[in-house]
Amino acid sequence: MIRIATDIGGTFTDIVLDDNGRLSTLKVLTTPEAPERAVVEGVARILAAAAIAPGAVGLFLHGTTLATNAVIERRGARTALVATAGFEDTVEIGREHRYDQYNLYLERPAPLVPPALRFGVAERVDVDGGVATPLVEAEIARIVAQVEQAGAQSVAVCLLHSYANPAHERRLGAALAARLPGVSVSLSCDISPVIGEFERSSTTCANAYVQPAVAAYLGRMETALAAAGIAAPILVMLSEGALASVAAAARFPVRLVESGPAGGAMLAAAVARRIGCERLLSFDMGGTTAKICLIEDGRPQFETMFEADRIYRFRKGSGLPLRIPVVDLVEIGAGGGSIARTDAALRLHVGPESAGSVPGPAAYGRGGTRPTVTDADLLLGRIVPERFAGGAIRLDRGHAARAAAEAVGAPLGLPPPADAAAIAELVEENMAGAARTHGAEKGRDLAAYTLLAFGGAAGLHAAPMAARLGIAEIIVPPNAGVGSAVGFLVAPAAFSIRRTVFAPLAALDQGTTDTLWREMAAEARAIVATAGAAQAPAAASAGGVESWAVDLRYAGQGTDITIPLDRAAWWASGEPLAAHLARLFEAEYVRRFARERTNVAIEITAWSLTLELPQPEAERLLDAPAAGAGHAAPSLRPLYDLASDRVEQAMMRERGSLRAGETITGPALIVEDHTSVLVPRGWSAHADAAGFLVLRRAGGATEARP
Amino acid sequence: MSEARATILRQVLWNRLISVVEEQAQTLIRTSFSPVTRDAGDLSAGVFTTDGRMIAQAVTGTPGHVNSMARSVGHFLRAIPAADLRPGDVVISNDPWIGTGHLNDFVIVSPVFRAGRLIAFFACTSHLVDVGGIGIGFDARDVYQEGIRIPVLRFMCEGRVDPAVEAIIRANVRFPDEVIGEILSLVAANHGGGQALLRMCAEFGLDSIDDLAGFVFERSAEGMRNAIAALPPGTYHNSMRVDLIGDPITITAALTVGEGAIRVEFGGELAPSSRGINVPYCYTEAYAAFGVRCVVGPDIPNNHASLGAVAISAPEGSILNARFPAPVISRHILGHMMADIVLGCLAQAAPGRVPAEHSGTLWNLRLGRYGAAGGREDGGGARFTVLCFHSGGGGARPAQDGLAATAYPSGVQAIPVEVSEKSAPIRYRRRALRRDSGGPGRLRGGLGQIIEVEAREGAPMEVGAAFQRVKTPARGRQGGQEGAPGVVRLASGRPIQATGRQVVPAGDALIVETPGGGGFGDPAARDPALVAADLRAGRISAAAARAAYRVALTDAGEVDEAETARLRGAPR
Repeated sequence: MIRIATDIGGTFTDIVLDDNGRLSTLKVLTTPEAPERAVVEGVARILAAAAIAPGAVGLFLHGTTLATNAVIERRGARTALVATAGFEDTVEIGREHRYDQYNLYLERPAPLVPPALRFGVAERVDVDGGVATPLVEAEIARIVAQVEQAGAQSVAVCLLHSYANPAHERRLGAALAARLPGVSVSLSCDISPVIGEFERSSTTCANAYVQPAVAAYLGRMETALAAAGIAAPILVMLSEGALASVAAAARFPVRLVESGPAGGAMLAAAVARRIGCERLLSFDMGGTTAKICLIEDGRPQFETMFEADRIYRFRKGSGLPLRIPVVDLVEIGAGGGSIARTDAALRLHVGPESAGSVPGPAAYGRGGTRPTVTDADLLLGRIVPERFAGGAIRLDRGHAARAAAEAVGAPLGLPPPADAAAIAELVEENMAGAARTHGAEKGRDLAAYTLLAFGGAAGLHAAPMAARLGIAEIIVPPNAGVGSAVGFLVAPAAFSIRRTVFAPLAALDQGTTDTLWREMAAEARAIVATAGAAQAPAAASAGGVESWAVDLRYAGQGTDITIPLDRAAWWASGEPLAAHLARLFEAEYVRRFARERTNVAIEITAWSLTLELPQPEAERLLDAPAAGAGHAAPSLRPLYDLASDRVEQAMMRERGSLRAGETITGPALIVEDHTSVLVPRGWSAHADAAGFLVLRRAGGATEARP
Repeated sequence: MSEARATILRQVLWNRLISVVEEQAQTLIRTSFSPVTRDAGDLSAGVFTTDGRMIAQAVTGTPGHVNSMARSVGHFLRAIPAADLRPGDVVISNDPWIGTGHLNDFVIVSPVFRAGRLIAFFACTSHLVDVGGIGIGFDARDVYQEGIRIPVLRFMCEGRVDPAVEAIIRANVRFPDEVIGEILSLVAANHGGGQALLRMCAEFGLDSIDDLAGFVFERSAEGMRNAIAALPPGTYHNSMRVDLIGDPITITAALTVGEGAIRVEFGGELAPSSRGINVPYCYTEAYAAFGVRCVVGPDIPNNHASLGAVAISAPEGSILNARFPAPVISRHILGHMMADIVLGCLAQAAPGRVPAEHSGTLWNLRLGRYGAAGGREDGGGARFTVLCFHSGGGGARPAQDGLAATAYPSGVQAIPVEVSEKSAPIRYRRRALRRDSGGPGRLRGGLGQIIEVEAREGAPMEVGAAFQRVKTPARGRQGGQEGAPGVVRLASGRPIQATGRQVVPAGDALIVETPGGGGFGDPAARDPALVAADLRAGRISAAAARAAYRVALTDAGEVDEAETARLRGAPR
């Protein structure tokens, strides 16, 4: 099948053409006012270059930041919120806390729905699902009239305890849909049926807020592609790394917010499966942020909470909480544009503040005077100026050196190039620290992992960062610059559902559980069916793979542990479900917290299901041989060595000129159009037949990879 | 190693040490059995030198542990000398004068050994759900009535829990599994921190972290010196009335900006109380120093040196420096006010940087039904206890309105209504922002909220009321007006006091209206468009727009320019 994947980013739209396994890529500028325009133009170009007729395209995969941008820029629909009377301000009161302890001047993100559009409905459901105040028809009529009168284009309904009993929400939803046909309706019991009224309201409001825009956009995209002769079905990337039909995406648009990073994680997962690596640490470092994700047994992990529109970009608690399934990745403010500074105690900080593209790093000569990671990389010899951004941006060493000396060298008493080295080391420590903390949260020792490096700045910092984590092997895949879009090509059609269920494990009723399982499976199958049929009809008809998981904790704890449940293994064990789950939970608890179990009862808090249709293309795709080999001869260039604090002559090689099977030893720099790969002293780099670079540290694991 | 390499290395290590203590705190949050710890962030964690000086501390939800935590390890080492500790030993105490000010906070200290040699201590603390004693409220007359008090002793010896210590604790608390579970969480957090520190030492080949500590202290002290030097030297006075219980008292503070140090001396009507609202010095110091640090060197991490630049004093034996065995269980009621008192001094030294007064002390709903289950005198209903954190409004800032319903100086967060209702048989009837409660000003004070809560089963329940700023509202600054005082009432209209343990009768509901923050600047100078927006959003009434802000609005809610000019031009 001929497939196209497009990822719309803030600056560039990435396009990848998969012509039965042969990949070609294109980057075009994003057209923010009508993003589909850049897509259609770019697609036409890439098809023309490959001499493929538009009608031959069999599948179109898509990821977009549209939903995220609508939230950040507050350009969503005029949205109303219907809440239990007396709780209309929940979205504004939030959790009553300050996310930054010593900051007297902090602000919180403005709610997506202003007070005038928040309506209270007289009703009340209790925590056990019982009805304390019935919802009467007259009240429904009153609310419908208010929403209509307010001129809302979209409405979110979030009533207290609707995760336990959705009846009131459903009745309101049915009435709103019936009487206000042009208005989108989002019910919290559909969007995020999970305890916690602030987070559930916030998620439901965000869904309602972006729904009209996303639905309209996807409609326009279908029309525009059809006009260009592409009749292929469209699948959209969700934040959970799954492909969904346009209909499903339009119903749950809030799930699109992290589609790009999710694509990167799916690429990493596919690479892990391709090379047979059970424990992979995905490391994607770009201009502003670095993203770190654990891939185990060929799959990323998942998280149930995401924060959009953080006032302080990376400060937990400063954004709008969204309870949606997302690929579990840590995003930190560490990228090429991250700015270095010292604080009042002369402690060195790098990021999260970024110089962006304007003014950009000092070396750009566009008015930036503060040193960035890119400036440091230039001064250390890791960036070859004439190759930076394909030669599109001229880098000025003088500007970079001055900025580093002023902001770092002078206050810390560091001569050049140690000032630049300090910046590089700090950013590497920050990234390693974030990875280490993430690993510790999961009870993982990262030293046993392989690092997968992609994104423009990853190759420059991967080896020093790996060394800090005790990691001895690094993989740098080909086509790393368009990693997210390639990730769409290898992602499965899938959908995840999570339901809050409170029950002591001891009182678990198998009959009730069976019913719940059947309901969840039916819901997931209905949503996945369309996407599956488009992507791989054979796999879809086979029914897909169900992954079940259960959230458990000791009663009284606030943090759950998600335990995967292999239902076949459970049946085979012959154990009652409760005993089986208790055994799995206690083992995982001890592994994570290195702590004996307590006498406290275990309780279930949620069930989740991911229904996934296998993606047959994934393996084949990454076996594609590398594109045309370059020819430049090896040369020598000065490169700073951190360990010895000296500048030494290092081998410089063109990546495209490396022969399959060739190994070079550090210190060396392997350059390509958009980035370089640093091979420090003590490391070697091996090029394989499929265009992957494998870096190994001397004395580290030397296990051969296929 | 070159000097440059050594400098870079120290920067990296300092960074690492801060992430090590954050990791320690995260472990505690994830395994905690105490809602107060995990949802509200009432915990702290830090790493110390072998002689008990704090090198780094996690930034968590409670300033109350800032200095108290820093001092605790020193107290522990006076009771058990470092030389007597073995690998795997874990030391415990909840003594209010050794730990962080009341029995509910357990402090756990764990030594870390590398190659058989002591290199550091980790300490952490969190708020336990129950410590025995008479339970919620401040009615105990001495600390003995407040619950079990554990002196500094080993909870674990060489990796094994001391069964005698565990048994004594279990026998004296109402929820023994949760309490022991929580203590084990603290142990695990220290263990995680210790492991991370050992990994760091292995990675960098360090046999000791003393050099690193010296570097951190030197840099922090210098940073504080510079921050203090930026303030005009002198002594700045402030006094504040505080509701407390019974009649309000006046507390005074004299803050002196000196050479490299700030000194705060408290005075005023400081007679100790016969109720559990006395504040051990460690807690007074913590909140007062926190107020100073919000303005002076806020980005300098907490450690022995940065905390050492701020000296707090209160008369020995006074309510702000309680003497054993004074009851201290609710020491936060007065303790939380320390930050605002100190900020009032700093507002004179740094006028453009200090907000108006905050609503201060948390408006916590401490609800419960205490008698043994089914007690006839308790009117039936199941036994329960629940603590719901809620806040009033924040003071207006020099360039921003105050934050609505936001805790300060405490950094805790509210527990969702749905979660509180799951953990106790209560039902919230309402939780909404409180109109007209923000102090009028050019910048408006933050709004308080109205919360109404009842017992779900139609049985009576008790409230341990400790509500402040009912008689003494948050004051404005630079012409800003005061925020609305708090109100406590019952839905039935029956009387109820703002402080003390009282019964909410069956079928009735408790209503609290939390106070608003003070305003900043003259309200008549507020942009009329902002006044109109506040009216549209329901944050103020039309009457307040006219009376307090002198803004006239048309029926459509637009600013009536001519009438507004007339109102604002009129003499007051």
